[in-house]
Amino acid sequence: MRTILIEPEYEAWRAAARQLLAQGVAPEEVLWTDDRQEASLFVGESPPDSAAVQGASAIKVPAAFMDLARSVAAHTDARRWGLLYRVLWRLTRGAERHLLAMATDRDVRQLQDWGKAVGRDIHKMHAFVRFRLVGTDVATGREQFVAWFEPEHRIVRLAAPFFEKRFAGMDWSILTPYECAHWDGTRLHFTAGVSRSSAPDEDALDDLWRTYYRNIFNPARVKISAMQSEMPKKYWKNLPEASLIAGLIAESTGRVQGMLETEERAAKPAPNNAYLKSLHAMNQSEAAAQNHESDLA
Amino acid sequence: MDITRKLEILADAAKYDASCASSGAARKDSRGSAGVGSTGGMGICHSYTPDGRCVSLMKVLMTNACLYDCHYCINRRSSNVTRARFTPDEVVKLTLDFYKRNYIEGLFLSSGIIRSADHTMELVIEVARKLREVHQFRGYIHLKTIPEASQELIALAGRYADRISINVELPSQQSLNTLAPEKNLARTEEAMGHIRGKIEERHAEKRKPDAPKPPPFATGQSTQMLVGADASTDAVILGCADKLYTSHRLRRVYYSAFSPIPEPSSILPLKAPPLIREHRLYQADWLLRFYEFKVEEIASTAAPNLDLALDPKLSWALRNRATFPVDVNKAPRELLLRIPGLGVRNVERILAARRYTRLRLADLVRLRLQMKKLLPFITTADHHPARLGLDSDSLRARFLPPPEQLEINFDAPPIPATSDFFSVRSGEL
Repeated sequence: MRTILIEPEYEAWRAAARQLLAQGVAPEEVLWTDDRQEASLFVGESPPDSAAVQGASAIKVPAAFMDLARSVAAHTDARRWGLLYRVLWRLTRGAERHLLAMATDRDVRQLQDWGKAVGRDIHKMHAFVRFRLVGTDVATGREQFVAWFEPEHRIVRLAAPFFEKRFAGMDWSILTPYECAHWDGTRLHFTAGVSRSSAPDEDALDDLWRTYYRNIFNPARVKISAMQSEMPKKYWKNLPEASLIAGLIAESTGRVQGMLETEERAAKPAPNNAYLKSLHAMNQSEAAAQNHESDLA
Repeated sequence: MDITRKLEILADAAKYDASCASSGAARKDSRGSAGVGSTGGMGICHSYTPDGRCVSLMKVLMTNACLYDCHYCINRRSSNVTRARFTPDEVVKLTLDFYKRNYIEGLFLSSGIIRSADHTMELVIEVARKLREVHQFRGYIHLKTIPEASQELIALAGRYADRISINVELPSQQSLNTLAPEKNLARTEEAMGHIRGKIEERHAEKRKPDAPKPPPFATGQSTQMLVGADASTDAVILGCADKLYTSHRLRRVYYSAFSPIPEPSSILPLKAPPLIREHRLYQADWLLRFYEFKVEEIASTAAPNLDLALDPKLSWALRNRATFPVDVNKAPRELLLRIPGLGVRNVERILAARRYTRLRLADLVRLRLQMKKLLPFITTADHHPARLGLDSDSLRARFLPPPEQLEINFDAPPIPATSDFFSVRSGEL
């Protein structure tokens, strides 16, 4: 049994896995960790030097697996490195090249679940990041925005290209507890994580946004569980509109009751408008034509 | 009137349009420009309101003043609601400000009809033009169009928008005559036909080798039908939807259960339909589009309304028991799609896996299928349901939800229970 210590990144796992695979080391013989303290309890071993290994480049792995591995690597579950290696082994040395088609396989299913959790986390980051205007660059005239977000997994690098494409015309930073992403119009780069207090708490537009949120809500259709399954409470603390939720729910019954008790309005006669008259004339002649047709039939 | 008050009125006026989708647009983004915006791939819901609905686009009306008198609509001319009107620049600024803070995917712009169809369309188009041409906005734009507007204006709307839509509202002219006397189904369909032509024309241009890239045009159109405001059966509603999907290639038909509005009309029914009916219609719509069902199989002339207690696929299976059980190891794709509790994705997973293994119940459990629903309808390598069970009348009873105690309050009209509410997005099977 050997313990392999890697940085918690896809590239580090990939490099180590290639070497182990080339040396024919079976998954049962490897203990993976990205935790230095844990590794020191065992005799930690760095992955073998790539130059020393022959034939590593000859290994053929389905592209779909590498895509899946990239997502799974961003997950926080400590078992992911070992499971990735086991599935890699089965795909190659184990001669199960079709393995990824088997959603019924325990290992595959677990990797897919982790991949899906990471994909969802990325999607929620794209959705729930809220930029706050902090100023304008005097030299370039570009607006500068800062956002705070707390992702569940290590997804900042996977999620950042989306923001680059979408917000190319403004400068922005997204701060998270473990890594930050920055865009200045020419370069996307990453720095170490910071604390919540580094990001602004509000934006002058938040009130107007809450006005929109309050008025687009339909009190006659309350469905709280549907809202929460897509927007779990853990995200609420960083969403400016979430402070309205409790109040909107509490007053909805009374508002609907008010609608039901409102006296019905009678129809008002049509105003004197040329367009409206032409419309009514058109409708009448079409109805007459239809009657004529059905007479013929 | 200040911008906050206008936003209150004109967002409130727009909330009865169910569509907030921002998916299916052509791929474009802001790289290399001074603007913001990107589309393509699946849309993003940036928030959810307590009605379970997704907030993706900023959905507002240009104005809620309206010449029309559609009785289900809060903005009809007979309503006493407070009227307001945005200037094009106000909508442009709100859209950009909201977009830069990542509150929204883009703009959904509709309007009450003022002066004439063309005049109203011009106002709506002016907002989209400014966003695209003055501010290089590449985010999502959905424009509501008016069937009676000139073809040139509808074509212009399509140039700036990712999606355009015209609401059918009710599935028959007879119902429109009573509830929306200014609306005409034939003219709506004619306009949809023109839009379909434009979308396909551009698609064909794009495919021509060596031809210059044609100007952009919306990639899809959608519509909305109101449920429960008239006497139309589900068969009529689904028949209308099916016709729109096949003859005008609509991307989506939205169903909106008529719900109480603050300015009720004397012509409308007193009682709102159960929201579960809207949910069943979405499920049936999914069966039409992704499961190769025909309208007559789901809602026939003999039984024109959907079973509210059971989903339409299960309901069909119980009416067609001779089709089952289906062997998941051998049955063709179209038959697997008919099995209650089995969705499109899991059908694909089964087809992929069974090339290498004979599926057993434990495999299906690992796919996390709803086994209780599935078991009477399938055979696997290690499971054959008793014929007796499948033919038994108790099968229907087995799937019915447990009986609920009704609470009757004679002082207040019933308000639908929370369990009756379903989000628009929950139509997936």
